[in-house]
Amino acid sequence: MDLSNRRILLSAIVIGVALLYIARLFYIQIVDDSYKLDALNNSRRFEVHHPARGLIYDRNGKLIVANEAAYDLMVVTGQIKDLDTAELLSIINVNKDLFLTELKKAQKSRFRPYPIIKQISAETYARLQERLFDFPGFYVQTRTVRNYPYHCGALVLGYISEVNNDDIKKDSYYEQGDYIGKIGLEKRYESYLRGVKGGNYYQVDVKGRVKGSLEDGKYDKTVVLGKNITTTLDIELQQYGEKLMQNKKGSIVAIDPKTGEILALVSSPTFDPNSMVGRLVSENYNKLVRDPLKPLYNRPIQGVYPPGSTFKTVNALIGLQEEIVTQNTMYGCLSGYYSGGLHVGCHNHVSPINLIESIKMSCNAYYCNEFRSIMDAPKYGSVREGFLKWQSYIKAFGLGKPLGIDLPSEKSGNIPRAESYDRTYGKNRWNSLTIVSLAIGQGEITETPLQMANIAATIANKGYYYTPHLVKEIDDTVFDNSFIQRHDLPIAKKNFDIVTEGMYQVVNGGPGATAWWLAIKGLDICGKTGTAQNPHGEDHSMFMAFAPRNNPKIAIAVCVENGGFGATLAAPMAVLMIEKYLTDTITNTWREQQVLEKSISYKN
Amino acid sequence: MARKVENILRNIDWHIVVIYVFLVFAGWLNIYSAVFDENATSIFDAGQKYGKQLIWIIAAFLLAIGVLIFDSRFYFKFAYIFYFLIILSLVGVYLFAPEIKGARSWFEVGPLRVQPSEFAKLATSAVVARFMGRYDFKINRLSDIVKLGGLLALPGLLIVMQGDAGSALVFSAFFLVFYREGMPFTIILLGVYAILIFALSIIWGGLILSIIAVVLCYLAFFLYGMQKAHKISIVKMLLVPFAFVIPAVVYRYFHIDSSVVVIFVIGFVILFVPVAFYTYKKRVPTLLIIFGIALGSVFISQSVEYVFTNLLEAHQRTRINVFFGLESDPQGSEFNVIQSKIAIGSGDWMGKGFLNGTQTKNDFVPEQSTDFIFCTIGEEWGFLGSFVIIGLFVYLILRIMYDAEQQRTAFSRIYGYSVASILFFHVLINIGMTIGLMPVIGIPLPFFSYGGSSLWGFTLLLFIFVKLDANRTELIQ
Repeated sequence: MDLSNRRILLSAIVIGVALLYIARLFYIQIVDDSYKLDALNNSRRFEVHHPARGLIYDRNGKLIVANEAAYDLMVVTGQIKDLDTAELLSIINVNKDLFLTELKKAQKSRFRPYPIIKQISAETYARLQERLFDFPGFYVQTRTVRNYPYHCGALVLGYISEVNNDDIKKDSYYEQGDYIGKIGLEKRYESYLRGVKGGNYYQVDVKGRVKGSLEDGKYDKTVVLGKNITTTLDIELQQYGEKLMQNKKGSIVAIDPKTGEILALVSSPTFDPNSMVGRLVSENYNKLVRDPLKPLYNRPIQGVYPPGSTFKTVNALIGLQEEIVTQNTMYGCLSGYYSGGLHVGCHNHVSPINLIESIKMSCNAYYCNEFRSIMDAPKYGSVREGFLKWQSYIKAFGLGKPLGIDLPSEKSGNIPRAESYDRTYGKNRWNSLTIVSLAIGQGEITETPLQMANIAATIANKGYYYTPHLVKEIDDTVFDNSFIQRHDLPIAKKNFDIVTEGMYQVVNGGPGATAWWLAIKGLDICGKTGTAQNPHGEDHSMFMAFAPRNNPKIAIAVCVENGGFGATLAAPMAVLMIEKYLTDTITNTWREQQVLEKSISYKN
Repeated sequence: MARKVENILRNIDWHIVVIYVFLVFAGWLNIYSAVFDENATSIFDAGQKYGKQLIWIIAAFLLAIGVLIFDSRFYFKFAYIFYFLIILSLVGVYLFAPEIKGARSWFEVGPLRVQPSEFAKLATSAVVARFMGRYDFKINRLSDIVKLGGLLALPGLLIVMQGDAGSALVFSAFFLVFYREGMPFTIILLGVYAILIFALSIIWGGLILSIIAVVLCYLAFFLYGMQKAHKISIVKMLLVPFAFVIPAVVYRYFHIDSSVVVIFVIGFVILFVPVAFYTYKKRVPTLLIIFGIALGSVFISQSVEYVFTNLLEAHQRTRINVFFGLESDPQGSEFNVIQSKIAIGSGDWMGKGFLNGTQTKNDFVPEQSTDFIFCTIGEEWGFLGSFVIIGLFVYLILRIMYDAEQQRTAFSRIYGYSVASILFFHVLINIGMTIGLMPVIGIPLPFFSYGGSSLWGFTLLLFIFVKLDANRTELIQ
């Protein structure tokens, strides 16, 4: 028997195995990419360097958003060895279940560092640091967190929190565990404040020990520090405003009329921005979300209210500019306005009165007459045309659209439209009487407190305003401030002089003026009260003002929800704010005390 | 003497020698890379593995030259003596050697560590070649089979006792030699069948596999009986299953407190009588063969548990379970394989280049320089490098088998096939485990893996054949 042929089968077995192995190698080396990714994750570690976030200053250079060190306990599960959980927990003092669930999450990747316990305290860090070698796989990463030394301005300044999946989807810059501005300036100026994170690539071995830099740092990225921002806010005024607003719902907006710089933007109720830092963030946040008084609602730019009597100044200016009335035009008032079965009430005052007195005493009848005179003026040909002319003026005042403040989510308010009247009453079936409530700032018109303050600023400037804004400058950066624009109104300066005189009389006109008891000698405050009718309860108390009369430095709007007459609550608050800002002292502490103690209970 | 040297140089198979030298140096480069560390001083640093390996390599070359110079008849004449000495050292190492990595496999002689089992393959090859090369050897004769089995089993068992089951497994490579020398192919098939039964028993459990095997054999018997030529009555055939069913029912009913094996033992004992009677009467062995296969299958599948608990170490059990996907142990024994696949898989076409392997260099793969040296090749030299290395091994093995057929003496031929089979088995297992196609069995990649004993063992193994081949014209006997 010749057995030498058996070599063929033996050779075939050898070749067959070789082919099988080569096919397998082809698959894992060429076809399947997952091993390459695993290899990368295995062997390189990117140590991220987070730049310090930009600081935020107020207009006087006071630090209002600071950074402080925080310590995150990190874990690389692949490096854990003989973990004594109980021992570790006793040092960091953390709930065991929480720790174990986080550890489970961390175990999804053996090699990637995972922040297992965030923001451990400095003392815990110090204690842990000494024992860290007992817990291989664990280390502490230092990070900075925000600190708000003045404990105010939460909604203006905003806060930062960890990115969620949406944030990562929108911008690939972010990775799990990064922080992002969520609201306010932190959000609006995120790209300046955050800087650019960098870091170094290292080669690591199986135990996670660094074996040197990766290709001599070819891929390393340098860190760019976050930019510091100087805001227009006067933090002490902001703080004072929030103090005045305590236990009330409402807003205060103070603007430097010459520049459009916002001095204070108070929303009440509010919260301490420091509560959005630290381990209790989610607990605190949920509390805010559930609060029926909606502290997360930024009222000065998101709340919309009928302007009430403060709007009479606007109507006066339109009538003057359109030469429907002059400062000497007189209308009578018999405790109200009566026409065709309609009655608009008014309070007792002398009659008839001229335009300046009408502002001083806030006469409803005067403005009903004046407004209807505009609408019905023969020069327009029809009420519709008259209405459209009127509408073009109120648009020029910045109503009906967002002003463009550098904060997210500004509301536009509402201005009446001829089309919607057509829908409600039938085309051209409406007349000046139908819409007469606009004369006194009621009806279909609403505005944000910011818009009201902007009107005050416009009157203070006698015919123009700058887009209200919060940021003055950004360090080392040409700050794109093109959104700040000067808006000139098609209304003559002399007409503003007349209305200004009226507003001056409101405060300084002696008995009979709506806010005469608030006059402060030397401050020359010009103001206008407003009481916005509120179908749901007590009227809203409004006041807009600027001061001093010549060379105004501050324009302000105050709105207290359910605060009653404008003169009773909003006006004294505005005056206190003005006095605080202009003189830095409060002369009438009794008035201040009253405002502070005033507490309004809200049902819902 | 000069003429003799000239003769040797002319007659040796340079294909084999060149591939050997290439593989050894490629191996050294990969060891260098695997243990490379930027702070290391000299490549000849004897404190480092690559420095030591360089010394082993030089020594191996001297050994190879020595082997070529020696008279080839020496290897034939001293086969038994050498075998005897190796057996002695295996016993000695078991009795006296310190335990290293769970095995007593190394003699420590000063700075040297010698592993006798690496030389046992060589001695066994020589003794097998000598025994089978006898004129009166008959591969089908029982006494010869028993003697041959003894020659293999003796070192094999001693190595198992040392705790190095992987090295012992290498002796199964001799079945390829036996096949070449006339062993029926059926035996190889039966061997493959036995491995299959064993593997499936691990996966599905011994009892299920026993039942499947018995049912399949019964079906074979049924088909055989239905054929006109044999015609066994249906009633008789239907009675057969009761040999197992009745004991099973009794076992269940009386809650007998012993292994299920009893059922099978009783069943097979009952059936043996009619089967033996039929075979004797008809003089046709078919039924007996079917019976034997059933019995063997049950024996193997039932012994899996015994082998697992009594013959294997815990880590070996885990490795096998992991390989069959029955156990997951990513931190432990599975870790090697995962990391090994990652290292090789990241190699792509051309690899990352010498010393640029990130996985190999940074110790991700344990046993990198020894059992998992192929990772370095896969990672740093890519698919192309791996292809070349596998190709060279295949060429070397085929070349040895080709040369073996050219031999004039049975001794040289059988020895050649032994060398080829051992090399093949090592490559099959070692590369297979690094790419996840074989369970982790710790045996070295010939010529590549770090370690003096392994390199010397393979060098001697190979060069004795080269010498025999060079002298093939001189008849040995």
